[in-house]
Amino acid sequence: MKVFFRESYEQDLGLFQDNNQKFRYFLLLCLAVVLPFILGDFFLGEATLFLIWAIGGMSLMILVGHTGLASLGHAAFLAIGAYTTVLMQTKLGIPFLLSLILGGLLSSLVGVIIAIPSTRLHSIYIAIVTLAISILVDDIIVLSESLTGGVSGIYAPKIVILGVEFDRYSNIDRLYWLVLIILITLVLIYKNILRSPLGRAFIAVRDSEISAAAMGINVKKAKILSFAVSCFYGGICGGLMGHFSTVFNNETFNLLVSINLLLMIVVGGLGSIHGAFFGAAILSLLPVFIAIIRDGISSFFDVSFYSIPGLETFIFCLMVIFCILYEPMGVNGLWQKIRLFWELFPLGGKTFFSKQKSFLKTDRLK
Amino acid sequence: MMSGLASGCVYGLVALGFVLIYKATEAINFAQGDFMMFGAFIIIWLANESFLGLPFLFAIPFGLVIMALISASFDRLVLQRVVGEPQIVIVILTIAAGFILRFFAGVIWGYEPLSLETPIVGKYLSLGGVVLSLAEIGVIVLTVMFTITLYIFFSFTKLGVALMAISQNQLAASHVGIPVRKLQSFTWVLAGIVAGSAGILYASKGAVDPSVGLIGIKAFAAAVIGGFGSLPGALLGGLVIGIVEPFSARFIGSGYSHLMPYIILLLILFLKPNGLISQVRSKKV
Repeated sequence: MKVFFRESYEQDLGLFQDNNQKFRYFLLLCLAVVLPFILGDFFLGEATLFLIWAIGGMSLMILVGHTGLASLGHAAFLAIGAYTTVLMQTKLGIPFLLSLILGGLLSSLVGVIIAIPSTRLHSIYIAIVTLAISILVDDIIVLSESLTGGVSGIYAPKIVILGVEFDRYSNIDRLYWLVLIILITLVLIYKNILRSPLGRAFIAVRDSEISAAAMGINVKKAKILSFAVSCFYGGICGGLMGHFSTVFNNETFNLLVSINLLLMIVVGGLGSIHGAFFGAAILSLLPVFIAIIRDGISSFFDVSFYSIPGLETFIFCLMVIFCILYEPMGVNGLWQKIRLFWELFPLGGKTFFSKQKSFLKTDRLK
Repeated sequence: MMSGLASGCVYGLVALGFVLIYKATEAINFAQGDFMMFGAFIIIWLANESFLGLPFLFAIPFGLVIMALISASFDRLVLQRVVGEPQIVIVILTIAAGFILRFFAGVIWGYEPLSLETPIVGKYLSLGGVVLSLAEIGVIVLTVMFTITLYIFFSFTKLGVALMAISQNQLAASHVGIPVRKLQSFTWVLAGIVAGSAGILYASKGAVDPSVGLIGIKAFAAAVIGGFGSLPGALLGGLVIGIVEPFSARFIGSGYSHLMPYIILLLILFLKPNGLISQVRSKKV
């Protein structure tokens, strides 16, 4: 049985709980770095996509999981990031990393502009506003065809940093490492935001706006900043996704993407960075998994399965429903439970995780 | 103009479903559009010659009962278990349910658009030089009747008032002896029927395919424009959107026509967050 002692206040604020945890993350990092030597090109591509989805998951996790604001249109920010990144490279000739960051910043700026009037609204209306924005951005991309290529889409140029080329088809391993480095940087930033006063303000706003305001947190400012950070991550995710898919149009960032992102972090587990990763893993690996199973069944029973459209979405949605009903903390919650069960081995009980029941209260008076 | 009014009425009916559920359970059913789509397919399946080919007047109540059952079982199997969870949980649940319905509709009836064969389709009424489609008139008349009935129900009957009480405070409502869970299920049944009716009207007006559920989003804009929680407001919002769309297509450009509902939605939310018919006041501690 493992017991965790707190010896100083700094310990709670540290990036890692103890050396043990630090070591485990180090092992994970090593595994991630050597992955290209283990996997083939196809699976490495899927792994890269997983990392990109994880960035998107983190982006929405800041907003939904940590600040409690629902966004149903996050794909809009992804799209802004993707188009800005690519257009800056092709039209202005700005190098990739700079244009990626600029894409993130522009997306963040748009997020702030939307957030300023939205924060006056009740949480559910923010979801509606983002939904409308997502549809608007989709249509604006189609309408401004001269710049964005409209429905036919635009090509992302090759990424070149200091003379080294990163391309999905000829050297996927380099692209993988590049995405991995960006991802780790973003995780560290996220983790540091969470332990700063700002991150704590986010969580306070999520748990109760009224008590957060009573503690002296500027609720409006916290919400706007949350939008800013989240949209920055979203923009970067979009930029990477644009380069990964090499050619993209408005359909690449449609409503389904936003909703997938939202469902993804719910399945993964709201309120933790782990959740974003678990969700991204499920979302990006599920189609591969289904394809493998389908091929397995087809060859085993000697029948040919024609592919059913939307099967992945269907299974994913069923998972979401079961997740909310039986495991509201998602895969991450399940993981924590399993770990806690083994750490306390003979002592853990069922009542450990029972939920508190509550009644819904509303802000409506009439 | 008339076709704008008619499609506005369909938006209004779907929006009515949103408002119904919002009024009684404080939840937002993002699957309402998909419920409508499913209802339309069920009616087509029952009534069209190529499927079961039941008599039209028999197929309608039968289809509505099936819709009510689907809606009620969704409430019983899923939503009753998450009573008291934050709103966003229910939003996510209903989005997922919408996708599942869309998947089933696609698997059962395919992705080709189908349309309903009704006795009134394709017949026209000439009224003082203006040619009106009978189907469109039917849509408008039925929608207005529906809204008035529901409005009277919510304002003047005991059941309706009890539903309003639940939406404001579940705990207090259960303390004064209102069977909260039963009435919430009842609302879902009602919403299922409204969705089914919207489906029938939509299917008799045009073709249906599984992605038609996306008009749920426009209906959503309608509900917000009218002020969430107001039944006549929902219809009004639907009409505004239904009329604005063809008009903006003519005067601004066809590409912009389906941008307009969302632009209006954003303007309303930012300038007058409570909708045209206000229902919300800010909460004091």
